[in-house]
Amino acid sequence: MSPILKLSQVSAAYGPSQVLFGVDLEVESGQVVALMGRNGMGKTTTIRAICGLLPVLQGNVSFDGETVKGKKPYQIAQMGIGLVPEGRRCFSSLTVEENLLAVARPGPWKLEQIWGLFPRLLERRGQVARNLSGGEQQMLAISRALVTNPRLLVLDEATEGLAPVVRQEIWRAVVALKGNSGLSILIVDKSLRELSQVADSVILLENGRSVWNGTFEKLSAHLVEKYLGVGRVGVD
Amino acid sequence: MNRELLLNFAIGLGLPLVAGVALLLDEPFVVTLATRVAILGLAGVGLNLALGLGGLVSFGHAVFFGIGGYAVGVLASHAQLYTPVMTWPFEISGSSSMPAIWLVAIVASALAGLLIGALSLRTSGVYFIMITLAFGQMAYYFAISWPAYGGEDGLSIYVRNSFPRLNTLVPFDFFVVAYCVLLCAILLFSRVAISPFGLALNATRQNLARVQSVGIETYRLQLTAFVLSAVITGLAGALYADLNRYVSPSMLSWTISGEIMIFVILGGVGRTWAPVLGAAVFVILEQWLGGVSEYWQIFLGVILLAVVLFARGGLYGMIAGEARHHG
Repeated sequence: MSPILKLSQVSAAYGPSQVLFGVDLEVESGQVVALMGRNGMGKTTTIRAICGLLPVLQGNVSFDGETVKGKKPYQIAQMGIGLVPEGRRCFSSLTVEENLLAVARPGPWKLEQIWGLFPRLLERRGQVARNLSGGEQQMLAISRALVTNPRLLVLDEATEGLAPVVRQEIWRAVVALKGNSGLSILIVDKSLRELSQVADSVILLENGRSVWNGTFEKLSAHLVEKYLGVGRVGVD
Repeated sequence: MNRELLLNFAIGLGLPLVAGVALLLDEPFVVTLATRVAILGLAGVGLNLALGLGGLVSFGHAVFFGIGGYAVGVLASHAQLYTPVMTWPFEISGSSSMPAIWLVAIVASALAGLLIGALSLRTSGVYFIMITLAFGQMAYYFAISWPAYGGEDGLSIYVRNSFPRLNTLVPFDFFVVAYCVLLCAILLFSRVAISPFGLALNATRQNLARVQSVGIETYRLQLTAFVLSAVITGLAGALYADLNRYVSPSMLSWTISGEIMIFVILGGVGRTWAPVLGAAVFVILEQWLGGVSEYWQIFLGVILLAVVLFARGGLYGMIAGEARHHG
């Protein structure tokens, strides 16, 4: 089976400052893949390169067998990549419902499915996004990506800065999405314990290079300490 | 009922009420003033679609206003002289029928909007403002150097164009025509504002890159809004030329672009009826202060300054509170 997303030796830069020096990454259809690394190792940059928000200097990014290199961000999103950006970034003056209606595309994910996944958003459907709590904004950002009916959902630090109870709600939703037919998920997050429960495989980044990939079972304490700078306490 | 809705009703009913009372009191000049408010408000509604919903600060909307005006002037002058507008590759004769002229004004404004928008929307911010202004000045100087249609002197329209079942020479009848067109534009604006298209347009005003990253081609979205905005403003220009029975390059001047923007800012950017309120205040000040001094626009400037500095959201914001979509 060919991967739905494949990055081959991708390098990218912000102006003169090169951040990625050769990232390899594969996401199979229906798979959940965790992209991990310490701060500044290139996780968000990798996601920006996938979504066309940053030009790919070398290497290739292909989605469902088709190259996305050189395509505009909206064309990549139309191909079926739904991005949940770091920092939520909802359309602050639109209501919850308007945020979703503004970007919705035909497909199985409709408002009813969103209300089912996040009942709290149903209660807040008429409220403007800027008046939502951080957790609700995160739910809205995930929902906004879902109503574009993507085949690959990309979550960039989706639980960062949220209260533990809200983080649990986000993880519950990710688990529910994993069971959703055909939806692949690429997650950037620091929560080892939660990722180990939901992700099928993990890719580690170090200084803009992918240095290891495999299942969580194979992720040793040594690797965790070396590339993530933490003990493997949360995983076991 | 919230205050915004009440204000909408007050303006929407107040304008025909003023015209109706003026008709009963035999004050045709006041009816004409109400007509002027409806037409200028219509031009403001057009700009509000681009500026209020899409955040496109166009300083060239006088082009569309003038194109609408010249559509009336050119077609009416040929109709009066019984000469064709063109004979090759096909013959187009003049017309004195408002609906036919409106159709020409709509098509011409849409084409101009498409051309100007297609080029201008490749830029943003201050460059967008400057390029739209540059197009406005190009059109202005073109009209001045176009002797076939009056050049700098403009064109007189001897008899106001006709509308089925109405005598448009009667001020109140013409007000009815202008007001109905305004209502249609208001209805269109309010439908667009709550449609997925309008919501996405509103989102582009907040963050263009974010909208692109969810799969929306923002260039096409903004261009569509710009063309729609041009069409409404062009229609206002056609009515304005018929109101004055005169069209001249001054309709294409940058000061007209500025005035249309004043209607929107004074009333409240992005609010459906706000440009009509802005136009009403403008016309009232013009009449009232114009009698005091020919430099009445100095006072308008002071009022505009006060509104911008102290009443965020314009007069609508002051009366009905901050707009939800423009926080």
